[in-house]
Amino acid sequence: MSHISEEQFVLFYYGESAESRSIESHLADCEACRSEFRSLQLVLNTVNSAPVPERGAGYGAEVWRRIEKRVPRRTHRSLRWYIWAPAMAALVLVSFVAGRLSQRSLVPATTVATNSTSATNAANAANTKVRERILLVAVGDHLERSQMVLAELTNASGGKGKLDISDERQMAEDLLDDNRLYRQTARSTGDSAVASVLDDLERVLIDIAHSPTEVSNAQLEDLQQQIESRGLLFKVRVLGTKVRDQQSKPAVTVTEKNTKRL
Amino acid sequence: MEVEAGGAVERARSGDSDAFRLLVEQHSRAIFRLAFRMTGNEQDAEDVVQETFLRAYKQLDKYEARSSFSTWLYRIASNYSLDLIRMRKRHEDRRERGSDEEGRDILQSIPLDTPGPDRLVYGSQVSERVNEAMNELSPQERTAFVLRHFEGLSIEEIGETLGTGANATKHSIFRAVQKLRRSLEPLVGTAR
Repeated sequence: MSHISEEQFVLFYYGESAESRSIESHLADCEACRSEFRSLQLVLNTVNSAPVPERGAGYGAEVWRRIEKRVPRRTHRSLRWYIWAPAMAALVLVSFVAGRLSQRSLVPATTVATNSTSATNAANAANTKVRERILLVAVGDHLERSQMVLAELTNASGGKGKLDISDERQMAEDLLDDNRLYRQTARSTGDSAVASVLDDLERVLIDIAHSPTEVSNAQLEDLQQQIESRGLLFKVRVLGTKVRDQQSKPAVTVTEKNTKRL
Repeated sequence: MEVEAGGAVERARSGDSDAFRLLVEQHSRAIFRLAFRMTGNEQDAEDVVQETFLRAYKQLDKYEARSSFSTWLYRIASNYSLDLIRMRKRHEDRRERGSDEEGRDILQSIPLDTPGPDRLVYGSQVSERVNEAMNELSPQERTAFVLRHFEGLSIEEIGETLGTGANATKHSIFRAVQKLRRSLEPLVGTAR
């Protein structure tokens, strides 16, 4: 057997060599290869010495506390998140519109409301609360991901050559459909401030998604200018914070308050 | 441990958030260790841990019990870490390019030599040098190396996890080991 290559040694070190026996017997006879292998072992063993910060026994519970509010309730195992989140958003839209219309028409009738009407209203209020929460979680995630894309582009500098923005482009493309849905929902529910931010965001996402995978300095500056001129990163950040705050508050809806009064 | 997790996965899938909490509590520390070794940064590792569990929860229906739950989580964590370090690396490259276009060539021409072993005090300096050497790996090399070296995944499993195939994974690991040897051999005093 001729001397052992570095690649053979690496596989041997990790126990993935198909020729372990012949390597072992070669090592027994060849001082040069033994020395080479010792050197590899020493380096790889040294890599183990890099410390990892310790996390205590309660770390898992701490992680759970941090993510708990962002974990959506699962209602049916066959419905995947990315299918039912937009569907629930659409439901929220319908329920808001329907709720508003029915509240208006029910006002004169509240004085003669029966116990069964109160029970139905209470159930509707609870459903609306759940839907609002699901929407908040979905929008919160959406804004966080959007913020990441915008921040990456804002902080990028092109230098002399072209800049690869394929990751940001792909993310923008993925975010567009959700953004449309949330914007339409916000618009329909009369939340014009949110709709306006999502509107601005959508225009920039479209431009990013339609950009080439590699952009020149001028094209990058153009994208950055669009983000900056609309104050978009700031708006998305503020909106994201508001949404997160809402998620952490106990949800008491207008509908629920009305129901309690009845 | 995996048996307990298996039951919890089924319950979490059918909407039991307490079961998912158990899974988070059970696997968080391991995911943190993996994420830290991949990103080399505590704050990034924390982000990876959180994002891994959020993604896992959203994709629970995609989990197939033929691989262990922890391997599945590793897959999610590795891919997210890989995205994160690629983004960071590109970001840093751009910053370097922007701030010192001329100085870069000079920096690159300086050999990655380190002080001789006699000048180094083992301990924190070794760790520091190892971290530097790990940072010199490309995202793909680092991910493949961490999964092989620290997490003990086979080359085939890593190829599946990263979607790169066994051959490309093998070459990533070879390149990683070569670079580590180049950086660390002067430190451990075993010049080739």
